[in-house]
Amino acid sequence: MAISVTLPMTKEATTSLRAGDSVLLSGTIYTARDAAHQRLHEMMQAGETLPFDLDGASIYYVGPSPAQPGMAVGSAGPTTSSRCDKYTPDMLDAGLRVMLGKGKRSDAVKQAVVRNSAVYLAATGGAGAMLARCIKDAEIVAFPEFGTEAVRKLTIENFPAVVILDIHGGDYYETARQSYLKTAES
Amino acid sequence: MREIQVSTVTDTVARLCVQACTVLPEDVKTRIYDSRKTEPWSTAQDILDVIIENFETNGPIPLCQDTGMACVFLELGQEVHITGGSLYDAVNVGVAKGYTDGLLRKSVVGDPLRRVNTNDNTPAMIYTDIVPGDRLTITVAPKGFGSENMSRIAMLKPADGIDGIKKFVLETVENAGPNACPPLTVGVGIGGTFDKAALLAKKALIRDMDAHHPDPFYAQLETELLDNINRLGIGPQGLGGKTTALWLSIETMATHIAGLPCAVNINCHSTRHAKEVL
Ligand code: SF4
Repeated sequence: MAISVTLPMTKEATTSLRAGDSVLLSGTIYTARDAAHQRLHEMMQAGETLPFDLDGASIYYVGPSPAQPGMAVGSAGPTTSSRCDKYTPDMLDAGLRVMLGKGKRSDAVKQAVVRNSAVYLAATGGAGAMLARCIKDAEIVAFPEFGTEAVRKLTIENFPAVVILDIHGGDYYETARQSYLKTAES
Repeated sequence: MREIQVSTVTDTVARLCVQACTVLPEDVKTRIYDSRKTEPWSTAQDILDVIIENFETNGPIPLCQDTGMACVFLELGQEVHITGGSLYDAVNVGVAKGYTDGLLRKSVVGDPLRRVNTNDNTPAMIYTDIVPGDRLTITVAPKGFGSENMSRIAMLKPADGIDGIKKFVLETVENAGPNACPPLTVGVGIGGTFDKAALLAKKALIRDMDAHHPDPFYAQLETELLDNINRLGIGPQGLGGKTTALWLSIETMATHIAGLPCAVNINCHSTRHAKEVL
């Protein structure tokens, strides 16, 4: 059974999630990928005000395709999260709470997740057309010149994801594969 | 000489870009359905169901938001005369048209370090072969970079032999893990020079998933490598399971007495390509 989760999430709410939990996300999440991360990080280091409040915020690593008529976005599945690993620990320390993407993270990110009571979730890579149906509204809030890489404020509803990294140091990529291999051997 | 107008090339390329990004080829679908039937792990079954629902219901929406760099393979008959302009310009205009009108994502930056988006997904990556005959075959294979980034090349030595190849392929898939959106398709290029091996690996990815290498020795190696990959347990999306790869193809060519180049081009389950013969 999937757990319904409202974004933004409180620290208390992230505490109850465990690696391997299926969740359905509803609420506000910001898009940011390579170019936006680089820019946001530069702004943080220069002490500038970010285009959205990072404290308690949720970020979806995605660059959607252009919207079809009547839709908020086009195809919108996750991109590989690890390309943002260089910037992520600083962002987590500044309050980022929920990350949604796909693929493994660095040890530094894992430690920062635990340290800050954050959570890292994965969505199904390559299922962008289906996931787009869970995105009800999209509004560019920063860096429109980046095209697909602009920061968008998304309103999502029952967006399916799975918890990969939890605040207890759990990593579902490791445990899921190990459990499968155990059953495959026996 | 048979004449082909550049405007025909442009229209065809534009159409193929949209088709490739929205309709998964039948051979890939069949592989996914078959894997779903034999997948024992329930998480993996659920993920394959999502992937199936995605390609069965996407309609005009791209299967994946990463509609890739447009890799365009041209097999140009030597008796074809292209008229009305430059062939490569015609291809690029087609890519720009397809990606713009088809609402596909523009994912190309004009310079690798200064990184400004070209906003029309050009330039295409164009690969040309001159072949006998009077036809022009165009294949558009959009390539996502989640999987491209996990591809690798090794200049193995003759003494590394077939075991070296097996080891390198498995290591590459292991290293790709969940990042390249498994279940994967894997293209392996063996032989040639540094650059030719990479090209062979890319060409292996557009081969039909029913066609094994014509040489039984390599056909057998394809089967063995796929089996070994599917014993790694990575599974769909890296969450465990038998279905780590849907298919593996090998392309080979002659090489130097001192070398054994091996390139592994990783592709995801969104293995997209569309072809037309003019
Ligand atoms: S690896 Fe393939 S399925 Fe995954 S995001 Fe890239 S193009 Fe899409």
